[in-house]
This record gives sequence, C-alpha cells and structure tokens, in this order.
Amino acid sequence: MAILALLLLIPSARADEAPLTATPGDATRGRAIVADRTRGLCLLCHSGPIPEERFQGNLAPPLDGAGLRWTAAELRLRLVDGKRLNPDSIMPSYYRTEGLHRVAPAQRGRPILAAQEIEDVIAYLLTLREEPPR
Amino acid sequence: MRRTLALLLLALPASAQDRRSGFEDMARETQAMQRDDMQNPGMLWVAEGEERFNRDCTSCHTEASMRGVAARYPAWDEATGAPIDLAGRISACVERHQRATPPARESQALLALTAYVAHQSRGLPISRPTDPRLAPALAQGRALYGERRGQLDLSCVQCHDDNAGRRLAGSVIPQAHPTGYPLYRLEWQGLGSLQRRLRGCMTGVRSEPFAYGAAEYVALEIFLNDRAAGMAIETPAVRP
Ligand code: HEC
Ligand code: HEC
Repeated sequence: MAILALLLLIPSARADEAPLTATPGDATRGRAIVADRTRGLCLLCHSGPIPEERFQGNLAPPLDGAGLRWTAAELRLRLVDGKRLNPDSIMPSYYRTEGLHRVAPAQRGRPILAAQEIEDVIAYLLTLREEPPR
Repeated sequence: MRRTLALLLLALPASAQDRRSGFEDMARETQAMQRDDMQNPGMLWVAEGEERFNRDCTSCHTEASMRGVAARYPAWDEATGAPIDLAGRISACVERHQRATPPARESQALLALTAYVAHQSRGLPISRPTDPRLAPALAQGRALYGERRGQLDLSCVQCHDDNAGRRLAGSVIPQAHPTGYPLYRLEWQGLGSLQRRLRGCMTGVRSEPFAYGAAEYVALEIFLNDRAAGMAIETPAVRP
C-alpha cells in the first residue's frame, strides 16, 4: 500500500516529457557534451565508453547501457530534473533554474545545458546499448 | 553474535568511522614531499614567516609562546565581539599593536606569518571549540556545511561525508579535514589558506563564494575543527 502511494508520487515519465526542441538530438554532438568536463560535467561523477577521457568519476552508475535501460522520455526526465525522482540525488538538474541557492553571477538564471544540448545528450545516451565492462 | 556485530557496524554513522587526513589519499611521492622539510615547498613560507616574526612580533611574543596557538583557533576576539581565525588575529595584531596597515588576506606576508605560527603547532591535536561564545558560529558552520548551493546544487556533506573516498573525475574526495593549512597545493603552485580552499569548492559547484575574511568562513572553520578535533596539525601540508 505504502509502495503504491510512493509510485503514485513519482511523476509520469511519459506524457509530460516530450522533446524540448523541434530539432532531433544529434548523438555526435551529445557525445562531445558528455565528454566535456566543463559543459556536460557527466564524467566528473559517471564513467562511460569514452576511452580517450581518462579520470572518470565513480560517484554514480556507469553510463554504459543507458540506452538499454531507459527510453528517451525517461532520460529526459533524469536530465531535466532528476530530483523529481530522488530529491536527495547529487545529480544536478540540467534544465532547472529555480530553487537554487547562491548561484554564481555568471550562471544565475541559466540552466546547465541548453534545451538542444539536452536533446543531443539524450540522442547519444540512446546509442549506449552495451552493459559496462566488468 | 557475529551477525549482531556486523549489523551494529553497519548501523554506525559515518562520523564514527576512521577519520583520515587528505594526506592519506595522496600519491606516495606527494606524501614524501610533505614529510621531508627539505623538499616541502611550504617550508619556504615558514622560513619567510620566521624572519618577519623575529623582526615584527618579538617585542610582544616569543617563538615558544606560539606553540599550540593554531590548535585552538578560531577563537573569540574580545575587541570585535566575534570569532576570529588565526590569519585574522595576526592581521589584527599588526593593526592594533603595530599601528601598521594590516596585511591583506592571501598576501605573501600574511600567508608566511600564518604558516610560521601554525607550523609551531605541527603534530599537536586540534582542540574542540568548546568556548560557549563560539557556539552560534559552530552552529552556523554546521548549517553552511549542510546547505546545497550553486548551479550544481551540492552541499559539502554530499561530497565530503556521503562520497568521501570516491573519485570525482581524477580526484579522490577527501573528508575535508582542515589539518594542513596554510598548505602548498601543486595545482596552485603556491601556498594558500583554508579560505582559498573553501572558495575553490564553492566555485566548483558554481556558487558565489563569500568574500575573503567573511564570517561564514570562520564559522565553517570552527565546524571543521569540531569535526576534526584530536587530529594532528600538519602545517605546512602539501596537497595535489
Ligand atoms: C554530481 C554528480 C553527477 C553528475 C555531474 C551527473 N550525474 Fe547522472 N547520476 C548521478 C547519480 C548519483 C545517479 C544515480 C541516481 C541518483 O542518485 O539520482 C545518476 C543517474 C544517472 C542516470 C540513470 C543511471 C542508470 O542507468 O541507472 C543517467 C542516464 C545519468 N545519470 C546521466 C547523466 C548525464 C548524461 C550527465 C551529464 C550531462 C550526468 N548524468 C551528470 C550523478 C551525477
Ligand atoms: C562536488 C564535490 C565537492 C563539494 C560539493 C565540496 N567539495 Fe571540498 N573538496 C572536493 C575535492 C575533490 C577536494 C580535493 C581537492 C581536489 O583535488 O580538488 C576537496 C577538498 C576540500 C578540503 C581540503 C582537504 C585537505 O585535505 O586539505 C576542504 C577543507 C574542503 N574540501 C571543504 C569543503 C567545504 C567546507 C565544502 C562546502 C562549502 C566543500 N568542500 C564542498 C570536492 C567537493
């Protein structure tokens, strides 16, 4: 019963997670964003099949296989504002600007990634269809 | 019996686990650099601080009286009715007793003097800030440590308590013990204060850091000392 209530609290990852832009995401650009520690920041915490980037983080599950585990809409929800699923997550909300504290002036009012960049990252993640090496 | 023990161990809060200085997570060569005074670049600042101390401070203080001072700072400052950190105390001494322009935060002169004074406490345990007048600042420091900030919306707790020992890209996240400051950081190619370190973490999560000398840093330092009470002072430490 309690579990049911919890499930109901989780926002539906289907209807309300339509693409953020009309232009479909570009997986090649998405890969470059994920690999870039000052843009995507993903490899600070995650590892992924990007062998040329050494020093990948281990604070989060590997990105390998993300395209097997999640649909585009589910990935979008996790990138836009994963804290809707887990308020305690350390993963930043990439497309949320409210509810933040003492944001540096250069970034104030801006999301971490632009809408098209998020679509590009999703397109790339959907190509990751192999589980991480063990 | 075994099983209960295992369960008990699992139930222990993180704070009851072993506390580790950032020193423990460093590469062997960097540890050797810190250990050997001939190799430790921080000792250059200590030597400069000693010269300045002997020139400017010995009308009031002796070298021997500096032992243990760093272990009990930040302390209460009667003159301003607020907590003050060691660098702030040294600055205030210059201003009040020598009637000279106080050295700026992060200036070579203040870093050298602070490193010299803190070095006199090397090996001594950090004492717990028990002065009741520090209690409000201690509580403020604890709150600042737990507060999410910046565009990345992360708190100190999330990295230094929840994820210490894991890798943020190439860096092992230390437990954030303030045992070595001021310290020589290879990335800085120079000596820097705890405030500089804290600003680094704050800008790292894309938040607006407090200004140098702000009460918030002193509050954070009091909290970090409470958390690190009993750990040995390493000044001048070396960090990657
Ligand atoms: C500061 C740390 C951090 C950063 C930066 C970060 N993540 Fe995450 N991410 C996490 C954590 C931790 C999880 C595990 C679930 C949770 O706690 O929310 C996660 C979960 C995920 C998941 C679901 C994982 C799975 O397969 O179960 C995906 C996909 C993901 N992140 C993609 C990304 C991408 C793409 C980026 C960069 C654009 C990124 N993350 C940046 C910490 C981070
Ligand atoms: C996103 C992760 C992250 C957050 C959030 C963070 N730090 Fe850090 N901190 C680090 C890393 C990584 C290092 C190790 C230095 C390095 O390699 O950059 C570090 C180093 C430190 C050190 C130096 C420890 C030593 O051995 O010298 C202190 C002290 C510290 N942090 C305090 C804080 C405080 C206080 C906050 C909050 C205001 C904070 N940090 C927020 C990641 C973080």
